[in-house]
Amino acid sequence: MFDDFEAPSRRDLLLMIGRTGGAAAMYQAMTALGHAAATRFTGPPQLSGARPGASVLVLGAGLAGMLAAYELSKAGYKVQVLEFQDRPGGRNYSVRGGDRIVEVGGATQTVQYAPGNYLNPGPWRIPHHHRTLLHYATQFGVELEPFIQLNHNAFVHRHDAFGGKPQRYKELAVDFKGHTSELLAKALNAGQLDSAVSKEDKERLLVAMREWGVLDKSDRYTSDLHVAAQRGYDKAPGGGVDGAPTSAGINGLSDVLDSHVWTQMGFYFGSVMQTTMFQPKGGMDMIGKGFYREVGKLVRLNTRVTKITQDDHGVAAQWTDTKTGQAGESRADYMVCTIPATILNQIDIQVSPAKKAAIAALPYSAQVKIGLEMKSRFWEENYAIYGGHSFTDQAIGLISYPNYNFFKGGPAVLLGAFASGAGGYQLAGMTPEARIAAALEQGSVFHPAEYKAEYLNGASVAWSRMPWIMGCCATWSEESRATHYQNLVSLDGRIVLAGEHASYYGCWMEGALLSSTDAIMRLHQRALAA
Amino acid sequence: MDRRACLLPVLAIAAFASAGRAQDSAGGQTSVQVPDEGRAVYEQICQACHMADAKGGDGAGARIPALAGNPRLADKDYPVTLLLKGRGGMPWFTEILTHRQMAAVVNYVRGHFNSFPGTVTEAYVDRVASAPPPKPDCMTCGN
Ligand SMILES: Cc1cc2nc3c(=O)[nH]c(=O)nc-3n(C[C@H](O)[C@H](O)[C@H](O)COP(=O)(O)OP(=O)(O)OC[C@H]3O[C@@H](n4cnc5c(N)ncnc54)[C@H](O)[C@@H]3O)c2cc1C
Ligand code: HEC
Repeated sequence: MFDDFEAPSRRDLLLMIGRTGGAAAMYQAMTALGHAAATRFTGPPQLSGARPGASVLVLGAGLAGMLAAYELSKAGYKVQVLEFQDRPGGRNYSVRGGDRIVEVGGATQTVQYAPGNYLNPGPWRIPHHHRTLLHYATQFGVELEPFIQLNHNAFVHRHDAFGGKPQRYKELAVDFKGHTSELLAKALNAGQLDSAVSKEDKERLLVAMREWGVLDKSDRYTSDLHVAAQRGYDKAPGGGVDGAPTSAGINGLSDVLDSHVWTQMGFYFGSVMQTTMFQPKGGMDMIGKGFYREVGKLVRLNTRVTKITQDDHGVAAQWTDTKTGQAGESRADYMVCTIPATILNQIDIQVSPAKKAAIAALPYSAQVKIGLEMKSRFWEENYAIYGGHSFTDQAIGLISYPNYNFFKGGPAVLLGAFASGAGGYQLAGMTPEARIAAALEQGSVFHPAEYKAEYLNGASVAWSRMPWIMGCCATWSEESRATHYQNLVSLDGRIVLAGEHASYYGCWMEGALLSSTDAIMRLHQRALAA
Repeated sequence: MDRRACLLPVLAIAAFASAGRAQDSAGGQTSVQVPDEGRAVYEQICQACHMADAKGGDGAGARIPALAGNPRLADKDYPVTLLLKGRGGMPWFTEILTHRQMAAVVNYVRGHFNSFPGTVTEAYVDRVASAPPPKPDCMTCGN
């Protein structure tokens, strides 16, 4: 059996290390073997051998809660999940025609989108290195398609740049690169950087600036056909007699700086924003639905938890059924609580003062998303924009074009706002009707002829007014991290907290899953040691 | 200390904030301006959660508290401290509001939605804000 003596493949080796040394050893080995260190994921938690009859109560059926339910029940625990809403998924959420959006304060919208169209009010893009999320998505048969992140042909708008006229990203970005290259080349040629770079590096840098910045023979950034080949032509290359292209002009440095295009260029460099990105076909909530197919029978929906207690023998959650008004109590040996800190801060929960202080130290951001259904895909037909984002300095922040059904005609839903900061509060404070009016007004800057004319209907989600979270995502400060993070995530008697807020990967689904994985591994150890 | 003159666009503060907050929208900076007048600050910021009538509303076993008819606002320091530091779901506003704007909105809420005596000045907020403002800690935020 010489086959047995084959050298182990890298994967075999990793599996072996993983089995013997656990996740931490495997992680170290992976890094050493040159795998990206972009994620902590080393495979789903390998829990097994729960004590017979041991039980866990999970609060919240978002991704953190459902991962806990899935893995713990696989390990042999008796699991029950309590969820306030009438649907699973939590922030993993999509709205479609017929759905109702009810806000704190009572404002209610009924979504009018045509069949097949949707808005992802929360998560909408998945980085290629979010391995935990991608693992479960594939395992549960969720079909993923590309999320068009960087679109060179989309627009950048600022009210005080180019007379308020939006410019194509490619033109601004190429001009920015060209002008800065010219300046660096100038400084190098004048010997101004001789003390900072070696002679050899100076030569190489000059070559780099010429090639990358597309400078001319005298190291200037000027309008020519090479530049046009990046930022676009006046007359594009054609066929036959009149095929020769002509170049377009370039923008001056000062105008380009007015546009702040470096904020977008920098944005796309962020590791969580780099292409390739994905989205589930048919809506982000396909992920939550995938989990729910596995754990649905364990979940009690429409169940508002109002009080959480524990003693030496177990945990208990008091709840009210939001449909029937029935009050009840669920008990178990242990608890994984994934209720967002905004809510948890106001629930009577029996944990240490340090953990309570940690929960109270987590304010939430407040974003607004607005989905506008349009009669036609005019951004494709008239502007050759297929997916991606057009940015503005108005409150709406950006508009983003759908990444599915390209070329298929209308109606189609585009994202008419992804607002945060002061702009997010402004829009959240409006009635749903006023939000749509503001989004149409502001978004018109990009597509003035079509935007209002093609509008059919719209829906908005103001996260600060979603009753089950009253915010978007947890906001840590350097101080609160130092003072409270460990207290938040620590096992407190029989209770452990999990969710996006209990991670260093805030406001990403990956963070919710990594937090839950870590929490249940510690809980399992505690249960075995008991 | 108020770090900027009134009516500078929000992005001006972004420059002061740490790298994690360089963007106040996902991929850019807005020029949204918050006016200095108390009522306008309330309508453009606080109303997003506390509602136009300042009566708040119910959530899932929690609520956004009413600011109207709220005895806790008798103590001037209470709302000022919350605006500076946040608590629970209530964000801190040091990145969005100047101390002058904080004073104005506190006066509006205490006077218009309640009838507590006394006014809060910018200098008063400066004094309460003895500690430096919170520095956001998240390198992966802004999705
Ligand atoms: C606007 C926005 C954009 C985002 N963009 C992205 C993105 O592009 N990519 C990405 O990966 N992530 C993104 N995220 C982050 C992502 O949505 C979250 O990190 C993740 O979904 C959080 O999961 P969770 O399980 O921790 O919490 P949740 O999903 O919030 O789950 C908590 C659950 O607890 C329930 N609950 C609350 N109160 C009670 C109660 N009293 N009793 C019982 N149950 C209760 C809630 O109903 C909810 O179902 C975004 C989030 C937002 C809001
Ligand atoms: C993103 C939502 C949000 C915004 C915006 C907001 N708040 Fe709050 N606020 C809350 C929540 C949630 C609480 C309850 C916090 C808790 O759990 O203790 C709160 C609590 C308060 C309290 C304490 C009330 C009490 O009875 O203890 C005051 C005062 C207050 N907010 C003032 C303001 C003012 C003034 C503004 C505008 C500048 C504002 N808030 C903006 C969400 C918000």
